[in-house]
Amino acid sequence: MRPCTSRVIRAEELPKLLDEFLPAAACPDPHRRLRMAYARKAGETDLEVLYYLSLGKGRTDLFLRVSPERNVMPSVANRFPSLSWYEREMHDLFGIDFAGHPELHPLVLHEGATTLRPPLLGQAGAPIHYRTSPPSVPTMHATEIQRLPFGPVRADIVESAQFLFYYIGEGILHFHQRLFYKHRGMEKRFEGVSPMAGIILAERVSGTDSVAHALAFCQACEMALGLLPPPRALGIRTILAELERLANHLHYFAELARMTTLRVAAAQGAWLEEQVRQINGALTGSRFLRGFLGVGGLRRDLEPSGLASRLTDLEPGISDFLDKLADTRSYLDRLIGTGRLSTDVAMDQGATGPVERASGLDRDLRRDRPYGSYGMLEFRVPQESEGDALARAQVRRAEVTESLALVRESLARLESGPITTDQPDEGPDPAGEGLGAVEGTRGGLYYAVHFDPDGKCLLRVKIKEPSFSNWRVFPFTVKDTNLMDYAINEASFGLSIAGADR
Amino acid sequence: MVNWAWFGLSRGGLTTGWPEGAGGHGQEGVLGMPRLHLERCAPTCRDCISVCPSGAITGSLEEPVTLDYGRCVVCQRCTEVCPTGALEKTTDWAFGVRTREALLAGGGRTGSGNAETLPSNRVPRGFGRSLHIRHVDAGSCNGCESELEALLNPFYNLHRLGIFFTASPRSADLLLVTGPVTMAMKEPLLETYRAMPEPRFVMATGTCATGGGIAGGGYSCHQGLEGILPVDLWLPGCPPNPAAIMDALLVLLGRRSERCALPERAG
Repeated sequence: MRPCTSRVIRAEELPKLLDEFLPAAACPDPHRRLRMAYARKAGETDLEVLYYLSLGKGRTDLFLRVSPERNVMPSVANRFPSLSWYEREMHDLFGIDFAGHPELHPLVLHEGATTLRPPLLGQAGAPIHYRTSPPSVPTMHATEIQRLPFGPVRADIVESAQFLFYYIGEGILHFHQRLFYKHRGMEKRFEGVSPMAGIILAERVSGTDSVAHALAFCQACEMALGLLPPPRALGIRTILAELERLANHLHYFAELARMTTLRVAAAQGAWLEEQVRQINGALTGSRFLRGFLGVGGLRRDLEPSGLASRLTDLEPGISDFLDKLADTRSYLDRLIGTGRLSTDVAMDQGATGPVERASGLDRDLRRDRPYGSYGMLEFRVPQESEGDALARAQVRRAEVTESLALVRESLARLESGPITTDQPDEGPDPAGEGLGAVEGTRGGLYYAVHFDPDGKCLLRVKIKEPSFSNWRVFPFTVKDTNLMDYAINEASFGLSIAGADR
Repeated sequence: MVNWAWFGLSRGGLTTGWPEGAGGHGQEGVLGMPRLHLERCAPTCRDCISVCPSGAITGSLEEPVTLDYGRCVVCQRCTEVCPTGALEKTTDWAFGVRTREALLAGGGRTGSGNAETLPSNRVPRGFGRSLHIRHVDAGSCNGCESELEALLNPFYNLHRLGIFFTASPRSADLLLVTGPVTMAMKEPLLETYRAMPEPRFVMATGTCATGGGIAGGGYSCHQGLEGILPVDLWLPGCPPNPAAIMDALLVLLGRRSERCALPERAG
């Protein structure tokens, strides 16, 4: 698995080795974590489970690879809570049993879903049969406790998911989220397709994060195939990635303003977002910057004249909007202290992106694991320590400024030359495997790809989506808070459901 | 302390008058559906069929190529590989039509029967000036939602056309569906439809809803709304941009005519 090292181990060694590589240190280190686990078919009948570990700043990442016997693995969810969802996902999609898992309830496939065989094991994947069934929730006995199911069809134009509140008065006692109503089986879609077709799929996993997904996928394929895109392509990729972040962050502030009932501010934020989307549309032919990235570079060249001046025209309006918001007392009142996420919980449950950086964990893949042209660019990684809704907003606010500067600098440095390569820079990865890592708007996004022996089509693609990680964290900020703050707290996380559900 | 009300008033109007008054649609440079020039198509080449990721292009060496816009995800791959220019990049994005068959172009255009549309209602005249929409996300990538939300921003300001989104299906006239309909969302979608009073209308929005898109089928998805709900208006696009959605809503209300009649498709 390029650019990481791999080590094949036996299932029973796993807990001990994880403890050796990732000792439970007193000081949480966001660069030293168990990031994800996934399974894949290895041969006709066998399975392989892969655990992805980062071992610290500047050190090569490690994959521990296990072939489970009789489809049973030891669960490590008690020691590494962020792994809980990955184990439940493998249980649903591959039928692997995780011995000792504290709550091995259905996750991706709901209670009431039945399949002939686990969907990622079969060739074609027989359709799931669904019967509406209640979720696995704790039993409440006191008659004073009220139960409010919200969704999956919610008010406004929002993505589908169900949220269950158990509350007394305004206080939330227990919060249960049921995601994965939107599970489309996207990872299965990559099986057997070419890298080019894979990009079109990746761009549609989480629509508002099209560039981040296409970029992570392309980087993973380039790792596996040994391709190094030319400098012009890398520069243009950075421009597109930062334009996407800019549009998404402006959307985020419009939402926060709407949730804090600032109608005019919400309209102003949405107007600014619309202008960025129109710039993106004129620049690339797609308001979501789709159809541009290719494996080995770009599909088309970019004609960026006019971009700099349009952004310069927009910039004072953006700063003024963000300054005014930060000076609005009713807005600050609702954000300060809302949905507080401690550093320890953020670390243990696997928070990523602005959510992680607002809780005192200083990590950004653009700086810590530089890819594309980021290694040559200077930028600041904003960080806060309060962990509340305001801290999350402040991190994003500073990132808007950085994104604008990054686009400007990338434009100034843009070299002329080829935009794509198909000549391997070094030989392809012997196993035909590659990992791509990108800091998207919502956090760290990873694609792990496994090619067939010819390097022509994909056998397995695993997507580690930042919203999957942050939805796991989110309920920890809801318990013991009140219903009035819920919507603001949810908006302050800036989550995508399509990405998490895949 | 910021006075937002004063700020809003001092900003002045930002809304376009499009499509019924003056002003642009805001989609300059945005690529739309590929145009098929059947007369240019090389008889020995079917490259477009092999690169199309969503099965929108069908045909064989014996049969002429058919392009199903209801399955097109606008990835532009066919226009990149076509050696004769028979498939051409365009900026045609306004594709709201009343029948599924109207989304077929090329050889299969006249051959109806591969689209099973359930009988649909006509929107009575009285709805022309006021329409309430209940949106249901049946498994989209969030691209369609982003464009639907954009309709409420000051540039498009959908309310000026008398069209509103509503939370309750009980007060909705139109069910606007995005996504390929995942297995888990089918029942909530049907329940929402059943909760709506008659007359009620359905709009399939985005290529996932009109034909499955890249997500349709497989173990977890249906192929869009076909055979699930009676559809009154089909709007493909990946995603359809806000102006395209606005255009389609006005087609549904009879305030605008179908514009999907490209010259090559009219015959």
